[in-house]
Amino acid sequence: MVDVAIERNAAAPRTARKRASLRTALKRKSTAAFLMTLPLILLISLLVIYPAFYSLHLATLNKSMQRFVGLGNFQFLFKRETFWLVVEQSCIFAITAVIFKALIGFIVAHFVHNVPAKGQRKWRGMLLVPWVIPPAMSTLAWLWLFDPSYSAFNYLLAGFGVDRIPWTGEAGWARFSVILVNIWFGAPFFMIMYLAALKSVPEQLYEAAAIDGANWWQRIWYVTLPMMRNIIAITTLFSLIVTFANFDIVRILTAGGPLDHTHIFATWAFRIGIEGSDIPLGASVSLFMFPILAIAAIFILRDINKRGNEA
Amino acid sequence: MADVTLRKVVKRYDEVEAVRGIDLDIADHEFVVLVGPSGCGKSTTLRMIAGLEDISDGDIMIGGDVINDVPPKDRDIAMVFQNYALYPHMTVAENMSFGLRLKRYPKAEIKSRVDEAARMLDIVELVDRKPKQLSGGQRQRVAMGRAIVRNPKVFLFDEPLSNLDAKLRVQMRIEIKKVHQKVRTTTVYVTHDQVEAMTLADRVVVMNHGRIEQIGTPNELYHKPATKFVASFIGSPAMNFIPCRLEDLAGKLHVRLTDRIVFPLPPARAARYQGVPRTDKLLLGLRPEHITEAKQHSEPGVETFDTVLDVTEPMGMETLIYFTMEGTQVCGRVNPNAGAHDGGPLRLAVDLNNMHLLNEVTGAVL
Amino acid sequence: MSTLTIDKAAPTRKVKYGSMSRDRAWALKWSYFFLTLFAIFSLVPPLYMMITSLKTSAEISAATNPWWVFHPTLSNYVELLTSNQFLTFFRNSALVSIFVVTITMLISVPAAFALARMRFWGSATLATGVFLTYLIPETLLFLPLFKMFVVFSEFTGIQLINKWYVLLIVYPTLTVPFCTWIMIGYFASIPKELDEAAIIDGASWFQTLTRIFIPVAFPGIIAATIFAFTVSWAQFLYPLVFTTSIDQLVLPVGIITSLIKGDVFNWGQIMTGALLGAAPPLIIYAFLMDYYIAGLTAGATKG
Repeated sequence: MVDVAIERNAAAPRTARKRASLRTALKRKSTAAFLMTLPLILLISLLVIYPAFYSLHLATLNKSMQRFVGLGNFQFLFKRETFWLVVEQSCIFAITAVIFKALIGFIVAHFVHNVPAKGQRKWRGMLLVPWVIPPAMSTLAWLWLFDPSYSAFNYLLAGFGVDRIPWTGEAGWARFSVILVNIWFGAPFFMIMYLAALKSVPEQLYEAAAIDGANWWQRIWYVTLPMMRNIIAITTLFSLIVTFANFDIVRILTAGGPLDHTHIFATWAFRIGIEGSDIPLGASVSLFMFPILAIAAIFILRDINKRGNEA
Repeated sequence: MADVTLRKVVKRYDEVEAVRGIDLDIADHEFVVLVGPSGCGKSTTLRMIAGLEDISDGDIMIGGDVINDVPPKDRDIAMVFQNYALYPHMTVAENMSFGLRLKRYPKAEIKSRVDEAARMLDIVELVDRKPKQLSGGQRQRVAMGRAIVRNPKVFLFDEPLSNLDAKLRVQMRIEIKKVHQKVRTTTVYVTHDQVEAMTLADRVVVMNHGRIEQIGTPNELYHKPATKFVASFIGSPAMNFIPCRLEDLAGKLHVRLTDRIVFPLPPARAARYQGVPRTDKLLLGLRPEHITEAKQHSEPGVETFDTVLDVTEPMGMETLIYFTMEGTQVCGRVNPNAGAHDGGPLRLAVDLNNMHLLNEVTGAVL
Repeated sequence: MSTLTIDKAAPTRKVKYGSMSRDRAWALKWSYFFLTLFAIFSLVPPLYMMITSLKTSAEISAATNPWWVFHPTLSNYVELLTSNQFLTFFRNSALVSIFVVTITMLISVPAAFALARMRFWGSATLATGVFLTYLIPETLLFLPLFKMFVVFSEFTGIQLINKWYVLLIVYPTLTVPFCTWIMIGYFASIPKELDEAAIIDGASWFQTLTRIFIPVAFPGIIAATIFAFTVSWAQFLYPLVFTTSIDQLVLPVGIITSLIKGDVFNWGQIMTGALLGAAPPLIIYAFLMDYYIAGLTAGATKG
C-alpha cells in the first residue's frame, strides 16, 4: 500500500489507441495461424467434404447423370436380391472380423506382455509384419495359398486325409476366407494397441490386486480390462469403420464372387460404378456405409470430448 | 540497465480479473521479489512485463519507455522459467547463444559471452552437453546463463527454484544472489516461497488476490507488516493470532486473552492503542520467537503465564511448542533445555514489546 | 526358463513361493507356445511369397511339395527387375510416395503447429474435424472424386484421369488428416515455456516452428513421414480407379493388371512382384520399428 496514489489521469486518454493496436496484433497472429491451416482447410473441404456431399447429389441422378430421379436408385436397389446379399455380407464380414481381430489381438498382446522384456521386441516385430505389408500384395499371397488346384493349404490338409477345400470357390468357404485374411491383416493392429495400453497400466495395481488375493483371471477382469476400456473402445470403433469400408482384400481374393456372395459395399460400388459405368447407382451403394460411420464418429467424438475435459 | 515502472496494470481473462491495478516502481540495479500464494497474480504480472501476456489496462515502462505494445523480443529482457525451458535438442552452449544467434551477433562475440557466462556460473565443462545429461541444478544454471549472455535490461525469474530439492534450492539461492551482485541487472523475481523472497530481495512485493498488499524491505515486512495477510505470510513458523480485547484495569490498558489471562501493555504500546474502541474484536499477533519459556528475572513488557503443551517439535537448536488458547493453536519457541515435553506443563513468557494488534474484522494492523 | 531348475533346488520351506514361480514358468511356456503359433500364422503368407518367388514355372505346375523349393532360381527376380514395365510401376510408386510425403508434411506440420499453439477462432473445432475426416474411408469418396475429375477436365481441358499425378491430389486426403492429428499431439506435448523462451530469445513464430518445434518433435515427424509413405505406397483403390494405361500404373495395381493375363496366372512372377512391392515398407519397418509403432499408436493414445 505504499506507492498506490500516483497520477490517476495519465492512462485514460491513451486507452483507446492501445486497445486498437492490441487488437491488430492479435488479429495478425490469428491471420498467420489461419494461413498456416489454409491448405489443410482447402484440402479437406474440396477433396473430402465436397465429394461427400456431391455423392449425395450423384445418388439422385439416373445412369447418364442427366435426369433427377430422386430416390429412384434406392428404390431400385431395395428390389434387388444382390443388394440384400451385400448388406448381409457386409455386416457378417465387418462384425465377425472385428470381433476376432479384437480377441486375437488381446490374447496375443497378453502373451507378448508375458515374456521377458528383452524378447518382446522380437516377437512384436514378427507379429506386426501382416500389418506392414501392403494388403494388396499380401492378399495375392493368400490368393495363391487358396488356389483351386495348387493350394498349399490343401496340400498340407491332404496329409491329414482332409478333402480339398474350395477356399474361394464355394460361397460359405469364400466368406470364411475373406474374413480370415482380414483377421490376419488387422489383428496385429489390435495387438500393438493393446500392448501399448497394457504397458501403461501401473505395475503397482497388479501388485495391490495380488495382495488382495486376486487370481490371474480376476486381475484381468478387475484391473486390466477397466484400465484399457478406452483403448479397446476406440480401437474397436476405428477398426469397425475400416473393416466395413474394406476394398482391397475382397476385391483381390474373390472380386465379390462366387455369385456375388462375398461382395461388400465398397467392392459392389466399384463393380457398379466403375466397371458398370453407373456412377449414380454406385454412389447410392457406397452411401450405405454412411450410417455406421456416423454412429462410430459420434462415439469417438464423445470420447475425444471427454478426454479434452479431463485434460 | 534500466528501471521498471508499472502503472495501474490490470489483467482480465474474460470475466476474471487476475491482476487488479498494480503500481510498482523498480529502480535500476534493484532486486525485487514478487511473493504471494498461488493465484495471486504474481506470475501474470511478471509475464506482462515479459510481454507474454497482453496488458488489459495500464502501462508498463522499461527505462522510461512505455512497452505495452512492444513484442517480447524488443523489450530487451531475459527470463528464467520454473521448468528451465531449455531447448532439448541444443547443447548448453547452443541454448545459451540461441538468442544472440537469432540477432546475428558475430561468432567471436557470441563465443566470448557464452564463455564468460559459463565461467561465472561454473558450467564451463558442461557447454557441449545436452540438457538431458544435466542435473536439475545444472539445468538451472544453464537457464540463468541463457539470460546472462543476452545482457538484457531486466532479468525476469518465474519461480526458478521450485523444481529443485530443498538443499539445492538453498545453494542456488546463494548462487542467484552472487550473480546479481556481479552483473547488477535489474531483476524481478517471482516466488511463492517467503524464505526465498526474504533472502534474495532488496525489496519484497507481497501480493494477494491480484493486488499488492505491501512493498518493503524484508525487515520492514517482518517487523512492520501492514496487513494480517502480510503478517501471516511472512515468517516461518507463521505469526500467531490470538483473539483478544482491550480492557482498562486499574487505570492501565490491558489485553485480555482468556478469562484468566490478562496482560498489562507496556507503556509505548498502551499509548499507541489508547484510541482503539474497547469493544472491538481484536487479534493479538505474536511471532513464535516472542513466546518463550519464562526466565527467572522479569523484564519490562514480558509477561508470564502457565499452560499445558499439546505437542513439542525438537529442532535441535530450539524446540517448537504448540498449545491451545481459546481454541486457537499457538506456536512458541523455547530453549531445548526448558523442559518442554508433549502434554507437559510449562511456564511461558510473551514479549509484548514486539506484539501486533490487529482488527479481527478488517485484518488491518493497528 | 532357467527359473525351473533354480526352483527345484529351493528349500522346501518356501513351497508357496516355489509353486508361484512354477506357475510363472508354465505361463511362460504357454506364452512361447502360442506366440510361436501366432508368429507362424503371421509369417506364412510372406514366407510363401518368397518360396514361390524362387521357383520356376515348371516346378510350380509340377505340383511338388509347395512348401519346399527343389530347384531354387533367381530368374523371376532377374526377369522383373529388367522388365521396363515393372520398373515403370516401381518408379511411379516411388515418385507418387515421395511427392505425397512432401506435400503431406508441408500441409500438416504448419497446420498442426497453428492448431496446437496459436489458438484462434474455430481452431478446436477444426482439430476435431481433422480427426473426423480421417475416419471417412476412401471407398466412400472414389466415385464422386472420379466424377469431379471428369467434370474438371470438361471445363478446363486439363486431363487428370489416367495420369499418375492425379494420385498426388487424392492421396493427401488419406495422409494429411492423420499426420496433422498426430503432429498436434506431439506439438501439444512440448511445454508452453519452450516457445515462450524462444519468443523472448527473439524468435518469430516461423523460427519457433522451424528451429524449436520441428527439431524437438522430430520423432513425431519421422512417425508421420513413415505413415504417409506406407499409406501412399499401399493404396490400391484410388490408382485402380484413376489410372488405367500401363505406363501410369503404380506397383499394386500394376502387378495385378499386368501379371494376371486373362486366366493365366504366372505365380512365380506375381509372388516376386508382390514381395518386391512389399519390400520398401518392410525395410522401413525393420529399421525404424519404434517410430513406426509410435505413429501407429499415436492416434489413439495422444488423441
